[in-house]
Amino acid sequence: MTRRARRLPLVVPVTAALASALLALVGCVPAAPAVPPASEGRRSTDSPGALTGTLVVLAAASLTDVVTDLVGTFEAEHPGLTVQTGFAASSTLAGQVVAGAPADVLITASDATMTTVTDAVGGAPVVVATNRLQLAVPAGNPGGVTSLDALADPDLTVALCAPDVPCGVLAAQVLEQAGVVATPDTLEQDVRAVLTRLTLDEVDVGLVYRTDVIGAGDAVEGLDLPDDARATTDHPALALPGAAHPDAAAAFVALLRGPVGRQAFADAGFGAP
Amino acid sequence: MAGPQGPRHRHRPRAAPGTVVLVALATLGVAVLVLPLIALLLATPWQALPALLADPAVLQALRLSLLTATCATLVGLVVGVPLAWLLARDDLPGTWLLRSLVTVPLVLPPVVGGVALLLLLGRRGLLGGTLDAWFGVTVPFTSVAVVLAQVFVSLPFLVLSVEGALRGADRRRALAAQTLGASPGYVLRRVTLPAVAPGVAAGAALCFTRALGEFGATVTFAGNFPGTTRTMPLAVYLAMDSAPEQAVAMSVLLLVLSVAVLVALRGRWVGGLPGAPTARTARAARRAS
Repeated sequence: MTRRARRLPLVVPVTAALASALLALVGCVPAAPAVPPASEGRRSTDSPGALTGTLVVLAAASLTDVVTDLVGTFEAEHPGLTVQTGFAASSTLAGQVVAGAPADVLITASDATMTTVTDAVGGAPVVVATNRLQLAVPAGNPGGVTSLDALADPDLTVALCAPDVPCGVLAAQVLEQAGVVATPDTLEQDVRAVLTRLTLDEVDVGLVYRTDVIGAGDAVEGLDLPDDARATTDHPALALPGAAHPDAAAAFVALLRGPVGRQAFADAGFGAP
Repeated sequence: MAGPQGPRHRHRPRAAPGTVVLVALATLGVAVLVLPLIALLLATPWQALPALLADPAVLQALRLSLLTATCATLVGLVVGVPLAWLLARDDLPGTWLLRSLVTVPLVLPPVVGGVALLLLLGRRGLLGGTLDAWFGVTVPFTSVAVVLAQVFVSLPFLVLSVEGALRGADRRRALAAQTLGASPGYVLRRVTLPAVAPGVAAGAALCFTRALGEFGATVTFAGNFPGTTRTMPLAVYLAMDSAPEQAVAMSVLLLVLSVAVLVALRGRWVGGLPGAPTARTARAARRAS
């Protein structure tokens, strides 16, 4: 009893500490959201002429490097503007936008994913770049891969994208057209995961985008698929209807489509729209 | 009676506001834990649930999950009980270090465990390279890899539970058996283990549940292929991008399975963790006082 009595006054400082910690935590929440916020940007109004505020750009993970570069260029052109980027699987981003996540521009890795967004919120997307699937092998090609048939070789370890994500849909289309019944050992959640398996030399062959092979440097070698393989995908960009900064969103999409954007996409290995 | 109540009464006015705040904060804590689950249950398409769960892909993932988690638990029992027995012995030097090592997977992000396993057993890994070169065996992308990932993250739960039970056990019977000439293995098998069987069962159940929920180490180390490595958590993660309703349905199933194990244990699991008194030690303490 006496022990309890002596301890009770401690409750006050402990509670104060806990409460302040909790408040700090709650205060932190808007700083680290799952979805990039545009609320601050929404409050500021775009003054005519100069673009100001915070533009939120969501883009497919495969576009991370090139979009980051172009955002830097865009911010340099418009000093009053801050751009927040969010990169994830196209389908994840599309789901977030449809669910009402605040965003101004969305760039996906396939038309199909973009259609789920335009069906829900409207708008007219424009294709800003294209990409091609390539056969990819670890440096030195330990599996001796020469053609798509390698994907059907049970002796080789094969990684593909799951058919639930755009790179998997494209892979399935290519394989079906070529009449190859693949024997994958793993179906990864996104194309970057397939690339990781290749760079770590854990698999002999996989299907990834040409840009991924270029981005991986010396660790991965790419083998072009036949020209008649329907292995290309579009990257449509959409200035989202109802965006907080329509002018800035339109300007950013124009940059993606313009000479600067085209050059950046080409440098990263993307095809022209 | 008046004596002990006196000081408490004097402090009550100062304590009350603090108590209210503490209870409020505790309620907030409960809300953080329970509200997400309520949201999950509210979002569950109950009508379509049987159809969603009867999908062959779901059944395949469920079967693989149950199978691998069972294997992981069996492996855990075989190596974990002896390990717990070692840890529970105070006459060995360095058990504190051993216990720290056993605890590491509890605090390590599972994905880091997956990376570590890959660096050990991957095709270019420390041991994996040799396995591949000598025997043509590659561990990643097999169900064995799933079990290994599950063992890595779930073994500490079993070891620490069993160690807690062993420490709480009455040692005099083991000592008596020992003085009568029984070997350590015989004492463990015939005297100590039967006495701590509930603790072992609780540890095994915790181990099983943790293995069932394993995601990070599995997806990093084992890969993701239906039938061989795509367990329920991986299927849930993948389905979130293509069939969210199915992801919710599978999540509910996993939640029900996990809670069922905890209910079956009826709070005994808390007693098995180190630091917390087990039912047995509590009884012993009551007898001693």
